[in-house]
Amino acid sequence: MKKSTNIGYSLLPLSSMVMLLIIWEAAVRINDIPQWLLPAPSRVIKAIIEAWQLLVYHSTATLLEAAYGFLLSVTLALFIGFLLDNVSLLKKAVNPVLVISQTIPLIVLAVLLPLWFGWGMLPKVLIVMLVCFFPITINLLKGLDSVDPDQLSLFRSMGAGRWKTFKIVKFPAAMPAFFSGLKISATYSIMAAVISEWVGAQRGLGYFMTIQQKSFAIDKVLAAVIVICILSLILVKMVDVIEYVLVPWNRQQIISSSK
Amino acid sequence: MTKISVDRISKTLDGLHTLADISLTVGENEIVVVLGPSGCGKSTLLNIISGLLIPDSGTIKIDGEDWTGKTTRVSYMQQKDLLLDSRSILDNVTIPLLLKGMPKNEAHDYAQSYITDFGLEGFEHYYPRQLSGGMRQRAALLRTYLFASDILLLDEPFAALDAITRRKMHLWLLKLYKRFQTSILFVTHDIEEALLLADRIYILSQRPATVRCELLIDKKAGVTAAMKMDLLAILEEESDDNHL
Repeated sequence: MKKSTNIGYSLLPLSSMVMLLIIWEAAVRINDIPQWLLPAPSRVIKAIIEAWQLLVYHSTATLLEAAYGFLLSVTLALFIGFLLDNVSLLKKAVNPVLVISQTIPLIVLAVLLPLWFGWGMLPKVLIVMLVCFFPITINLLKGLDSVDPDQLSLFRSMGAGRWKTFKIVKFPAAMPAFFSGLKISATYSIMAAVISEWVGAQRGLGYFMTIQQKSFAIDKVLAAVIVICILSLILVKMVDVIEYVLVPWNRQQIISSSK
Repeated sequence: MTKISVDRISKTLDGLHTLADISLTVGENEIVVVLGPSGCGKSTLLNIISGLLIPDSGTIKIDGEDWTGKTTRVSYMQQKDLLLDSRSILDNVTIPLLLKGMPKNEAHDYAQSYITDFGLEGFEHYYPRQLSGGMRQRAALLRTYLFASDILLLDEPFAALDAITRRKMHLWLLKLYKRFQTSILFVTHDIEEALLLADRIYILSQRPATVRCELLIDKKAGVTAAMKMDLLAILEEESDDNHL
């Protein structure tokens, strides 16, 4: 009984998506909307199949930029998180800078960074980092701050030093928040890479889309959009799996099925 | 022999005169209960005894040695279990042993020998979130015991539990106390709890707290209703105006 309702629930979002696609397809066919304005979903799927090799070729570039930017963000966030948590003066000094860095319009940086760093990979990785770094760091700091002060006193009363307390108490306690930051960043990473390519690149999904858009091949543009969605979802799922392995105490399943 | 001697402790916290000239002692293998109205500074007293807070005046002696303002001699247990979500029960209770430098395997074996007595058998490898409140408190008590087995400081440890579980925990604590022979300083505002557990009761006044009176309980003679009424009267007197 329970199993069948579970399957029903997972089918629900899928069926609403299928419904939407059917309406889209029907609307395009009935109103005879031209190809270069809005292609039907069937046309977009055809475009994916046709441009398959090109999509893979450009995807690898985008994925590489996103992955470099994301991993560098994680490393930097861990380093900064540890530093700011231990030096409260630094936290006060750096926090506003972090927030302000997020208010700068991304598109402006996407234009300016190539001027400073050239048209290669570096400015793209920097854009991804700028987007990913903030959610990870903020969530990590929030997690580190969330520890009960009584918990810290307890460890002080047991004679645990700063580093041991960080290692045993604070860092593990921050993991769930850290991973929710990672998930947000994972969804942003591909998008950020695409935006940076849009401004100027020799390769990548963003570059591919600008070329196709200029020749009114909207079906190919949308095909790239679908690839971007799929890549982003895969990244999020990967973070989910890593969390499942590294943060076993936070798994929902074992809690509900425990005695 | 005196295990803990609290000598004329005073403390002002955030401009609030919390403790005024408190003196009390805990003997070897004795359960001493500190009974006082809520918010009278009982937890501050335990913070001072464990060395987390430095008193404005007065000294804390443990086994005749001066431990005023120094941690690592005794730890205490609170109403909150403060177990780490990220570690299994066994890994939680062994933390004090690891902090003292015992190798992990040895710490596990040592803790394992107490698991049954502390009613945690079969749950060593569960995460704290998977256990009931009573069981978590027992794990917290084991962690406190493994840190310093001769003295247990307990700050309303069972206050968050439901009545039946609390009752069971009282009887279990008495059994444990008989088996392991330690000195217990138990802080509470619950008269029933105090009378059930204590060899001796100190009643604190309201803030600034000082020892209002000391009461010896003859456990064999049992607790009479009159004693309960007397205690209630004193506590009511101490908590009437400011805290309602």
